[in-house]
Amino acid sequence: MRKTCLDCVYELAKADERIVFIGSDLGSGTLDAFKRELPGRFFMEGISEAHLVGMAAGMALEGRIVYMNTIATFMTRRCYEQIVLDLCLHRAQVRLIGSGGGLVYAPLGPTHQATEDIALMRTLPGMAVFAPADATEMRRLMPHTVDLPGPAYIRLGKGGDPIVTPDRPFVVGQGYPLKAGGDTLIVTTGTTGQMALDAAGQLDAQGIATAVLHLPTLKPLDLEGLLGHLAPARVVVSLEEHTRIGGLGSILAELLAETPFALPKRFARIGLPDAFADQYGSQASLLAHLGLSAEAVARTVLSLHARSRS
Amino acid sequence: MTPSPFPANPLQGVATPLDARSQALRVAMVKALQAADRGHMGSAFSLVEMLRVLYDDVLRFDPARPRWAGRDRMVLSKGHGALALYAILADKGFFPAAELARYCRPEGILGGHPEAAKVPGVEASTGSLGHGLPMGMGMAMAVRGQARVFVVVGDGECNEGSVWECALHAAKHGLDNLTVLVDYNHMQSYGPTAEVLPLDPLGGKFAAFGFAVEEVDGHDLGALRAALGRVPFAPGRPSALICHTVKGKGVPLMEHNPEWHHKNRPSAAEIAALLAALEAPDA
Repeated sequence: MRKTCLDCVYELAKADERIVFIGSDLGSGTLDAFKRELPGRFFMEGISEAHLVGMAAGMALEGRIVYMNTIATFMTRRCYEQIVLDLCLHRAQVRLIGSGGGLVYAPLGPTHQATEDIALMRTLPGMAVFAPADATEMRRLMPHTVDLPGPAYIRLGKGGDPIVTPDRPFVVGQGYPLKAGGDTLIVTTGTTGQMALDAAGQLDAQGIATAVLHLPTLKPLDLEGLLGHLAPARVVVSLEEHTRIGGLGSILAELLAETPFALPKRFARIGLPDAFADQYGSQASLLAHLGLSAEAVARTVLSLHARSRS
Repeated sequence: MTPSPFPANPLQGVATPLDARSQALRVAMVKALQAADRGHMGSAFSLVEMLRVLYDDVLRFDPARPRWAGRDRMVLSKGHGALALYAILADKGFFPAAELARYCRPEGILGGHPEAAKVPGVEASTGSLGHGLPMGMGMAMAVRGQARVFVVVGDGECNEGSVWECALHAAKHGLDNLTVLVDYNHMQSYGPTAEVLPLDPLGGKFAAFGFAVEEVDGHDLGALRAALGRVPFAPGRPSALICHTVKGKGVPLMEHNPEWHHKNRPSAAEIAALLAALEAPDA
């Protein structure tokens, strides 16, 4: 997904001379063709993330569309004030591409795990937030990021993520059903789509027809469309590779609490606990350790159904 | 004039006289302070001559077209010096001088720190330190070959790591359309910079980072004009002009006085003393 995203930046830049790319100190060979063919618009600048966000803002204020890539935590944590003031307050057209969303860097420990990036970004005025599920969706998303009126954050998965999204035109803010179902709905964002589909399959096998809805845009949201997806459900579960605080689960909790649905709903948030990871291992093993697996999702749905019957 | 508490520094313009225009700009700032009942005074009074020379003699701009593409950009990175910027922008006609009487008021556009979206002539919204220089540097990258960028930073602001990150990058790119002016009044909020976080040799630090550096008395109009008329100081390198200034310059009770870094609710007697000092500078 990261390679696809950066390839898209290169392709978009070839067609639009406003586009520039800033990297911090990325892997050797990153975007070599971009560097070779568009040298005046390629900047590999070093490990000065706070300065780089300000520099990107200055370039954007002069009419450039800036794509900036580094590890998600170094961008969203270290540069938070620069993002708030230099980007959001100035409505600067800077697109932050955060590598390693969620637990991609599980073996590298808490310094590298982007577990609250969506929460940090979505509270900021004017910031658009995207968490696509797979490389094909990334390819559909990227052209829509060029002319967004303000800053944007794009969360990257590991790469090689399973392709789960339907080949339908990307519309900013819109949700995409990954699977139809009955009155049970799993809502997911980013790369947990496959886990949601696996959980839905297990539930279907037990007679609970489960739909899966994927939200590649966390902000701005097509609220009307989302409410339409939520309306027929009796049991709703959110699933995200992100702390349960402030991300997709919070978005849905806010919406469910404030909307007078005709059909009452049971709801649960599934996400990372409010704690730093206490072990290493692979992304998959750490996710399972922290309670994110298809089995855990299915168990949560079953418990909500049991409660609705009681 | 108030004796400097600092070791003798011939460039710090303790005794440099202020002419009528410098006095008048300061009087406009005091009147704005009265309207808001608060403001960063000392830190704004130290940079009046720097901004005055920039806008009178150096920058290319058109107040009728504040976003004119060919203009030179001026970013006040030490946003708390906003009163000085507002006084000179009003003087140049970017907005009516009457706006100064609405400083920090709900109906006004002039806040305690400048906002680009509200104030014509303000290039970047600043106030949190260490932001304006990186933004100005990005502008300089984008307008290279077409326009120049001047960024005014405070001495206390040079405590921020982002200033020095930016200095590395400006040198890397050889940005000779970028000039950093440091308002080196030797005082920050708590007290002398030499005690809070020593900066000397400040010019030497910028030079070591790759800037071409000059140092001047930041209240000496002739010296400022001459230095700023020479930028870039060296081809292919960014310029740094260390302007040695006096915090609160022009009013004895304010000079070198950290109590006036930011002043809340100045008394009528204090306002009267400010105006008296500015209207009779030799008294």
